[in-house]
Amino acid sequence: MEKREDVRILAIESSCDETAASVVQNGRQVLSNIISSQIDLHTLYGGVVPEIASRKHIEKMNQVIEEALKEAGVTLEDITAIAVTYGPGLVGALLVGVSAAKAIAFATGKPLVGVHHIEGHISANYIENKQLEPPFACLVVSGGHTHLVMVKDYGEYEIIGCTRDDAAGEAFDKVARAIGLGYPGGPKIDRLSRDGNPDAVKFPRAKVDGSDYDFSFSGLKSAVLNYLNSCEMKGIPVNNADVAASFQKAVIDVLVEHSLHAVKEYGFEKFAIAGGVASNSSLRAAFETACKNQKIAFFHPSPIFCTDNAAMIGVAGYYEYIKGTRSGYDLNAIPNLRLGER
Amino acid sequence: MKLLALDSSGLVASVAIVDDGITIAEYTVNYKKTHSQTLLPMLDEIKRMTELDLHTIDAIAIAAGPGSFTGLRIGAATAKGLGLALEIPIIPVPTVDSLAYNLYGSDKLICPLMDARRNQVYTGLYTFRSGKEGGTGFEMCVLQKQCVVDIAEIIQQINALGTEVIFLGDGVDAYRGKIAELVKGNYSFAPACCNRQRASCVAALGSVLYQNGVQETAREHAPEYLRLSQAERERAERKEESK
Repeated sequence: MEKREDVRILAIESSCDETAASVVQNGRQVLSNIISSQIDLHTLYGGVVPEIASRKHIEKMNQVIEEALKEAGVTLEDITAIAVTYGPGLVGALLVGVSAAKAIAFATGKPLVGVHHIEGHISANYIENKQLEPPFACLVVSGGHTHLVMVKDYGEYEIIGCTRDDAAGEAFDKVARAIGLGYPGGPKIDRLSRDGNPDAVKFPRAKVDGSDYDFSFSGLKSAVLNYLNSCEMKGIPVNNADVAASFQKAVIDVLVEHSLHAVKEYGFEKFAIAGGVASNSSLRAAFETACKNQKIAFFHPSPIFCTDNAAMIGVAGYYEYIKGTRSGYDLNAIPNLRLGER
Repeated sequence: MKLLALDSSGLVASVAIVDDGITIAEYTVNYKKTHSQTLLPMLDEIKRMTELDLHTIDAIAIAAGPGSFTGLRIGAATAKGLGLALEIPIIPVPTVDSLAYNLYGSDKLICPLMDARRNQVYTGLYTFRSGKEGGTGFEMCVLQKQCVVDIAEIIQQINALGTEVIFLGDGVDAYRGKIAELVKGNYSFAPACCNRQRASCVAALGSVLYQNGVQETAREHAPEYLRLSQAERERAERKEESK
């Protein structure tokens, strides 16, 4: 039998505040994963400032790509195709990665593959779980997204549920700001919650009328703010660790309940989580237990592959590439690109 | 020396290949599509039409700013990607300077105007003088370095100089009324053949700059915005107020 040639994807990601590049071989082997985070810069402003993010992407882009190639021990000649996130995300930020990727594809004559950011997050699960193959259900939770997704096949998705208002990570950021933890809220609340009692304050578990799988977190966020206000008015001291733990549990309870309900209804045997919030330790533990009880195989990426990174784009890009997906030199950034659309 | 030149600093997208002072191809579009959809397809068309081997290009000249933040970045990221893959340097050309270069040889005062919103313009003041010590050609003199100012402020400078002025750039349409109202001396507007950004101008001025040692690596290149982001500006103002 003829030996198949290795497929190496150079992947670029710049949809929010990380400038990232990676080389991924044959879909699941990460040869390099370089991430330049701007988090310190945006902390000054209490959140990501799009214009500042875009400016940083331009400054870092070539350095990050060069490091990714170097660490992988390859040159552009060894690359099969270029993959890039073209949505959803901040349009100005996306455009930097998209423009650079297109120029590299053009100059080298290599194929260009536009990748959906969420498809990337979901595909991060393939990196460390070599046995994981579709179909499975996946919950994508991050600062910008809360999606419950059916992964029917590689590159084939159907959204079962999503948030009607704030993303889960957004709620973490807002509550963290309210109790003085600052940005980014997710990891800070996760850490503080370990010292708090998750049952200390009863926060609501929101249901969305007429939809078993959709989420709503703005009511919960308001409930936390109201609680803090009323304590202040009454002069009752607030235990921030208890508030953090109780809020976090309210979020996790809803995520677990809706996800497991969907897994059962649709008859999936495998369930995965993805996205920045998927590295939350309590969230992982809760899903671990719930899946074990229901005899469902549970998958999650390591934290480094949960955060925005280019390795996940390389994995998704690989499966799109072998399916024959190709993008033209007129590929544009699409800030509100829907999963499954091209 | 073969230069690839790009300008996506304003509404115009423009790409050119200039080889030893001769324009091999130039493609300029002033249309509502985003530069992300036009710039590279235009270069691709030039490549096909002129059977261009990209590896024969020696450097990339780019309108490096000021201009539309997003436009500048689409150009910069494109130039950086090309520079990385082809392993060639970038020549950053000040956008307003290259606009002025449209009127090469004119001894009148040249005032490019790019609409910067908020009643401001990206502008500068230029004129051409004969080259030094019997040399051939003209030299572009920068009387006011490119800057971002209120339209009234640059007109005040023009009035103080008291010489005849030629305006060009997309700011002309935005501030035609102000110009009529405030300019005291004679003025005129450059015609359609030379009143917008053109990549061949970026290349022509870029080759002069290159001979004077101006170049940087693709890795180093970043646009010159001349303006902070809104968030940085407001933060600085808050700091100033709390002093």
